[in-house]
Amino acid sequence: MTAPTVPNSGVISADLPILTRKDFVSDQEVRWCPGCGDYSILAQMQKMLPELNVPKENLVFISGIGCSSRFPYYMETYGFHSIHGRALTLATGLKTARPELKVFVITGDGDGLSIGGNHLLHAMRRNVDLTVVLFNNRIYGLTKGQYSPTSEFGKVTKSSPYGTTERPLNPIRIALAAGATFVARSIDRDTKHLEEMLYQAAQHKGISFVEVYQNCNIFNDGAFAAFAEKEVRQDRMVYLEHGKPLRYGKDSQNGIRLNGFTPEVVLDAASDDGLLVHNAHNQDITLANILVGLDYPDFPVPIGVFRDIDAPVFDDLVQQQVEEAIAKGRGDLTAILHSGETWVVE
Amino acid sequence: MTTESQTKPEHTVEDLERVTIRFAGDSGDGMQLTGTQFTKTAAVFGNDLATLPDFPAEIRAPTGSLPGVSGFQLSFSSSDIHTPGDHPDVLVAMNPAALKTNVADLRPGGLLIVDEDEFNVTNLKKAAYPVNPLEDGSLSKYQLVPIAITRFNELALEGLPLNAKDKFRSRNFYALGLILWLYGRSMDTTIKWASEQFKRRPDILDANLRALRAGYNFGETTELFRVQYHVAPATVAPGTYRHISGNEATALGFVAASVLSGLPLFYGSYPITPASDVLHELSKLKSFGIKTFQAEDEIAAIGATIGAAYGGHLGLTGTSGPGLALKSEALNLAVMTELPLVVIDVQRAGPSTGMPTKTEQSDLLQAMFGRNGDSFVGIVAPCTPSDCFTMAIEAARLALKYMVPVIFLSDGYLGNGSEPWRIPDVASLPKIEWNYATEQDGEFNPYERDPKTLARPWAVPGQKGLTHRIGGLEKSGQTGDISYDPRNHHEMTLARQGRVDRMVQDIPDLEVTGPETGDLLVLGWGGTYGAITSAVEGARKRGLSVAAAHLRYLNPFPGNLEAVMKRYKRVLIPELNTGQLSLLVRGKFMVDAIPFNKISGQPFKISEIEGKIDEVLGLRGPYTIEFGQSSVLSGG
Repeated sequence: MTAPTVPNSGVISADLPILTRKDFVSDQEVRWCPGCGDYSILAQMQKMLPELNVPKENLVFISGIGCSSRFPYYMETYGFHSIHGRALTLATGLKTARPELKVFVITGDGDGLSIGGNHLLHAMRRNVDLTVVLFNNRIYGLTKGQYSPTSEFGKVTKSSPYGTTERPLNPIRIALAAGATFVARSIDRDTKHLEEMLYQAAQHKGISFVEVYQNCNIFNDGAFAAFAEKEVRQDRMVYLEHGKPLRYGKDSQNGIRLNGFTPEVVLDAASDDGLLVHNAHNQDITLANILVGLDYPDFPVPIGVFRDIDAPVFDDLVQQQVEEAIAKGRGDLTAILHSGETWVVE
Repeated sequence: MTTESQTKPEHTVEDLERVTIRFAGDSGDGMQLTGTQFTKTAAVFGNDLATLPDFPAEIRAPTGSLPGVSGFQLSFSSSDIHTPGDHPDVLVAMNPAALKTNVADLRPGGLLIVDEDEFNVTNLKKAAYPVNPLEDGSLSKYQLVPIAITRFNELALEGLPLNAKDKFRSRNFYALGLILWLYGRSMDTTIKWASEQFKRRPDILDANLRALRAGYNFGETTELFRVQYHVAPATVAPGTYRHISGNEATALGFVAASVLSGLPLFYGSYPITPASDVLHELSKLKSFGIKTFQAEDEIAAIGATIGAAYGGHLGLTGTSGPGLALKSEALNLAVMTELPLVVIDVQRAGPSTGMPTKTEQSDLLQAMFGRNGDSFVGIVAPCTPSDCFTMAIEAARLALKYMVPVIFLSDGYLGNGSEPWRIPDVASLPKIEWNYATEQDGEFNPYERDPKTLARPWAVPGQKGLTHRIGGLEKSGQTGDISYDPRNHHEMTLARQGRVDRMVQDIPDLEVTGPETGDLLVLGWGGTYGAITSAVEGARKRGLSVAAAHLRYLNPFPGNLEAVMKRYKRVLIPELNTGQLSLLVRGKFMVDAIPFNKISGQPFKISEIEGKIDEVLGLRGPYTIEFGQSSVLSGG
């Protein structure tokens, strides 16, 4: 009798064909509304994937429910469009069973932070080797325009005609608090930055979380326009780069410094002296937590990598325990059935 | 009374065919341990046996209180038995609350051993006894033997460096020693077990063994017991035996399914009574390549399992009724994506949180219908603790062959109950078939069905040329693309139903014990097997024309079920619910089956089923189940 083995080793062959963006475009017609920010995320993902050098049969995209969660249908990879909020549970099981696969989770602010909030916390604390992309448009789009857990306080929507009475969650702050080991933010409009963030996230070992500010031009058009429009972007957003001082503005003339634990804007900072230097590799989340509090209009909105650290990976540890147990002697069915006290009747 | 100075009195030895003992005490008194140890001893001796642990959900309800009573009943015999017995012959009550909640079940004339030291004012008040029942003559119909267990135990442990609380806690070993003596059993099994269990606490080990021996010696030297009883080993089929609980057998069955299929097992679960033992067992067995995942909730447990099944593993998740309710949406995802999956439901008394430690069969309709849409899954149900092993393999076999979720309906009585099990030869176990899709270059159709089973191909990430997308939206029949086509949805629904219906070609016919035709067929399913079989055997011995059949496959039903039922004038369906199988059978076959229902959290007694059989056959008037006066369930 053969002992159980993982049926497909998924070993990457040396003579891997060179893939291009087109190899990752499925035959399905994309059905997002014209002008939706999702198109940009799809395009950057398809552009980035060839750089990973992973055969496409080893790539899996798993999503929940919502506009963003249609994503797997448009990818020429393995794809699973699951149920509302639960994509991370399927991804955790798949990755734990088959650690050699590269698994992406596509979710939104409703799917990932409302109905699926609990799973997000636990996937992060476990540090499962998954890349999670959360499309944050601050609205429920597929159900046609109700407020979401990231909608700003007081927002008027179809389900809040008098304005919401709830405060929003900040996805980055949640990720940091839950112990995510790679935490980044990008925006649909800045395609180069978005592609770079997706690439870095995919390269990270352990859980990587990318919040993408994504415009819903039907139900929440212009949600990020105040700081994301091309003309104002450099003055109203700050690009985080590890080891570099926080500078922004058309000529990088402005900076951010800390006064105790309180951030302050330094207009026309001539020198880097005294400016806050970003350290994404800090084990401690205090600095990242201060950065995530920066928001327009008092501050430029930070995008980039907030945190990028190494930590033991859940699915590796599970695999390791199994391998160590097998190394001491593979389980024998007859022996286990006869374990404990037995007696023979003649 | 002292024990040292007396000479050993003469004891006569009386032979008995079957004895039922119930140990009852506070939930902190170690009654489960006492019962388990006596069970193991009887098993090793070669008796047939059946057990019924019965404990409160609270780990430590208030000491001495009525809800805090924990009991363990076992029946051991020199002949083949099917149930842990209707009425104990012996009740060991460690405090007044244990007496109050259990004594009504003791058969008249039965032996009643109580720890008289615990019948103090405080404990009597907690048990709502206005006067001491040991003194008011209310127990005169039993052989009452009050023993100062607490004081004798203290004396036996005198001088040991333990505090009073730890000494008190070894009283259960004293009681165990006494009962071992009474039935002429050796202390070896318990000594061996305790030496291993307490090897890091030599002080506790010493105390427990001293207590054990003191109880044993007390039996031997006291004149309270004039008779010692002997229950000979049962005549059973030759082979190697072990003692096994239903939950252990369930875990081992799925280990076997993994080995037989060659697929690694993934078990996703969230702790829940009474199913957690399956997680405990499987988490130890990593050397079989098994991965266990303690999820953040029930939904994550099944979600992860679906992920693993999608990845080509044998996916298993386990829970009890409330957890199955939480899993239902995800279970439907597995129905829609047509992935093989097994869901264990160790049923307990519901609805809602219900009575977590009490048994019931009330999730059958939830398993059958508890999902949105027209949703079809396979359902199997083991009928004894050791049958959990067999049916676990069956659940996996059907799920993998038909690419369908299968629910394994165990229950608390089976899961926690135990019996001797003749260990099967691994070579005799069934073959488990499954098929990954073949890697290819051309177009791949993930919903192209096998004409015989209607199963779709299992294409696993990592396989070349088979990249495809699945999900909870309706699929187009071949390509698996999203489809809202009316005809397609109609046909796909029927295909999902047909896939489950066709499992009938792979399940055995229903077997009948007793006459091929006759006045009455008693049809059961799940954990009621023992009580039904015993009652029907008894009825036939009384010359009645009664047969029994027990369903282990509930969806689909065995192909001959309808024909079998039609061979009898009447069909009686006893169930621990309000008539769920009855509803299915009546709805599907238009058979005027008679439901017989009990929803007390307790298994059927043989006498209850006998009573109903007699009523149906016109041998008596209407029969109703009587609940003991002192039952906590009926309010005392």
